[in-house]
Amino acid sequence: MKQTTKSLLTLATVILFFTVLYFANKYLDPYKLIILTLCGINVVLGLSMNLINGFTGQFSLGHAGFMAVGAYTAALLTMPPEVKEMNWFAVPMWPPLHDLCWPFFLAVIMGGLVAAFFGFLIGIPVLRLRGDYLAIATLGFAEVIRVVIINVKPLTNGALGLKAIPVVTDVFWAWGAAVLTIFLMIRLINSSYGLALKSINSDEIAAEAMGVNLFYHKMLSFVLSSFLAGVGGALLGGLLGTVDPTMFTFLMTFNILLIVVLGGLGSITGSVIGAVFVTILMEWLRIVESPVDLGFVQIPGIPGMRMVIFSFLLVLVIIFYQQGLLGRRELTWEGIFNLLRQVQERFKKRNKDKSVPSSEVG
Amino acid sequence: MAPLFQANNLVMQFGGLTAVNKVSMSIEKGEIVGLIGPNGAGKTTVFNIITGVYRPTSGSLIFNGRNITGLRPDQVAKLGIARTFQNIRLFRDLTVQENVEIGYHLRIHSGPWRAVLRTPKYVAEEKMIKERASQLLAQVGLVEYRHEKAGALPYGAQRRLEIARALATNPRLLLLDEPAAGMNPNEGLELMAFLREIRKQFDLTILLIEHDMRVVMGICERIYVLDYGTLIAEGTPEQIQKNPKVIQAYLGVDDSVRD
Amino acid sequence: MTLTEFLQHMANGVSLGSLYALIAIGYTMVYGILRLINFAHGDIFMIAAYVAFFGIGIFSLPWWVSFILAVVITAFIGALIERAGYRPLRNSPRISVLISAIGISFLLENLGLVLFGGRPKAFYRPPVFAQVFLVKGVAVQVLTIYIPLVTIVLLACLLYLVHKTKTGMAMRACSRDFETARLMAINVDRIVSVTFVVGSALAAVGGIMWSLKFPQIHPLMGIFPGLKCFIAAVLGGIGNITGAVIGGFILGILEIMLVAFFPALSGYRDAFAFVILILILLFRPTGILGETMAEKV
Repeated sequence: MKQTTKSLLTLATVILFFTVLYFANKYLDPYKLIILTLCGINVVLGLSMNLINGFTGQFSLGHAGFMAVGAYTAALLTMPPEVKEMNWFAVPMWPPLHDLCWPFFLAVIMGGLVAAFFGFLIGIPVLRLRGDYLAIATLGFAEVIRVVIINVKPLTNGALGLKAIPVVTDVFWAWGAAVLTIFLMIRLINSSYGLALKSINSDEIAAEAMGVNLFYHKMLSFVLSSFLAGVGGALLGGLLGTVDPTMFTFLMTFNILLIVVLGGLGSITGSVIGAVFVTILMEWLRIVESPVDLGFVQIPGIPGMRMVIFSFLLVLVIIFYQQGLLGRRELTWEGIFNLLRQVQERFKKRNKDKSVPSSEVG
Repeated sequence: MAPLFQANNLVMQFGGLTAVNKVSMSIEKGEIVGLIGPNGAGKTTVFNIITGVYRPTSGSLIFNGRNITGLRPDQVAKLGIARTFQNIRLFRDLTVQENVEIGYHLRIHSGPWRAVLRTPKYVAEEKMIKERASQLLAQVGLVEYRHEKAGALPYGAQRRLEIARALATNPRLLLLDEPAAGMNPNEGLELMAFLREIRKQFDLTILLIEHDMRVVMGICERIYVLDYGTLIAEGTPEQIQKNPKVIQAYLGVDDSVRD
Repeated sequence: MTLTEFLQHMANGVSLGSLYALIAIGYTMVYGILRLINFAHGDIFMIAAYVAFFGIGIFSLPWWVSFILAVVITAFIGALIERAGYRPLRNSPRISVLISAIGISFLLENLGLVLFGGRPKAFYRPPVFAQVFLVKGVAVQVLTIYIPLVTIVLLACLLYLVHKTKTGMAMRACSRDFETARLMAINVDRIVSVTFVVGSALAAVGGIMWSLKFPQIHPLMGIFPGLKCFIAAVLGGIGNITGAVIGGFILGILEIMLVAFFPALSGYRDAFAFVILILILLFRPTGILGETMAEKV
């Protein structure tokens, strides 16, 4: 298939998708819209984690921390002064914050940039470590960020969190960010830099011997991943209208990990599918946590059951189907068309098979 | 003319163990030099020191008139020293073409942003890389495997690909760690012809570690012999074959003779 | 700060440290053999506390029967986790096993929340452990003395097991080289199981003593002690049992002293361990007693 055909198909799909979003935004109920928006945000977060964990092979578990940085930064930048006065009733606010009131777009970008800066600072010591130490060190840093947020009250309002953040994120913001992230990831992964990242994943020692500067490339991947996590966090804050330190525990990182593992470590389209799947499943499974009334008998809801199912799912997938949905493969136009062709041929065959006995009868 | 590469009094200690002891070597441009010795003599350690995997405890490395002691492996590769590994280290899950393209990655001057935005400068560089990679694969006879995963290649082709990948970094000095390992005599002969061919085509200097004596004696112009981390002999293949110290190192001391 | 106050903090630090040490041993043993950070180890610790709690509370067993039962059951669960969650991935990339460990850890925590409820429960403290005696006018809980004593006795037993018995020798062989150990006719699977049994039993003792010291138990109680004890293991030199104990003591004492000397920083107590982790990994990645494990090129 020609490159231009593929590009046109992609463009058409994107336009079609946003048209669907437009109607969804008009006719869906608010609850479903929030889920749809969450899907978009989770696509950004899933890709962010896949970049460093899947493509570069550096197992980082610090996503919740970077999301927290992005969410708080954007929230502080967008809250109007009177809302801030309302929030900081227990301790005085750090004065320079008072009058900041940025447009949402800039605040989200700034959220990403501050998260990226934190990623850079943390990356300097951490990216020299071997795989599993990296996991625990990044996990630790995320926890440190959370503890700092709880304690630096003039800046973050501590454990109380921030409330009444302007709610701006809608399906277009979330999916706009998602589509841009997908574009960025495809371009990066298919470039020479993407190849260098994959080579690090495959064999660090050989990659370094081939002239790949390990630290530079790991840092590139880590900082970009932190940026995207920060953007995801900022969008999440702008959707929920509130942020607090309990949102950004390891549980948050776990959910993203689930998305990436289910979709396939090292697959962009896999992460997109994984994000949508996990987000919807997460909401759908609320059923098991809410009480069921069957008329004659009442089954009480079991709080926490969702996470039992999710953690069980993660273990099952990693043991029995390690590569997840797509492994390292991607869903491409060629792949889709080949699949369609195969289905078509199978249908033809079946029709033929059917027609043979009927002619005998005749 | 100054030699292309010089190692002066290299010492490498791991804890209390001295793996390499005062090794000095000198290689002229265009030579094929062998580094031999019994198992555990410290040959691969010497390679690891030269390529920057280890920083020597003492001693210095001069390459092309420049002190390269203590540089990182990627810096050494950029300056023009490439290597292969004893236990093949290909990027197994990447294609043959991609393996070679990574060797060219260090020639990319556009930053990652240009790569993502696909600016004309980056696109031109990428095009050049892809063309050169295809050309190189054709030169080493691997073009038919281009889109195969490197890990799926037959053993001999993997060895060849590893050399091709090293060539992609455009080296002046090529270090080969047991290139003939696991090859039958016929394949060994092919390898020798291949090495002579690439030396001519790519204007290379080669330092190789090898246990297959037919290959070593057949292709090397000069040989260094390492035993217990120390150089015990240096010379042409004929001189080395007659050197009593070398024979002793390889065969051990015969007690019956000593008594 | 008076000397008596300092000594009291020290005693507290030592007893907290010995709890860390008991849990850290399990991390270090598993890492030494499988090169795996057993994320679920902290949750094992929680399970022991709950088994003991239910033994006393629901089955009305004498406290000591209940404690012994808790150790046995927890040890069994530890081995079961390895069998079900890690063994199928023995030949998979290390990252896969790590993900499995994270999944199992979450599974145990959330199962805990579902089965035991999210509200903390009061742990029964037998009168023997509730006694307080006075040293120069300072009140000292007997537990503060018992905990380090138990730790030292268990450490002695463990060191005997590892260095003087055949099983111990096999364990050390496995931690050096799995394949070679297998070739020497060592039943590697059995050794790994033994390692999990021993590690989990020690964590169980740690969990019970923890609950005696801080008598409130909760399904998520294992997370932070778990992470900190891994750090203690790294601090001491991962793979080294004596190192884990030393690391546990150092971490426990440092933590108590940090809060004692800088009360303003007490909010950062949980972050402190991670700062230590980063510092060790940067300046002495092998820990205090560890040896270098360079990758072969």
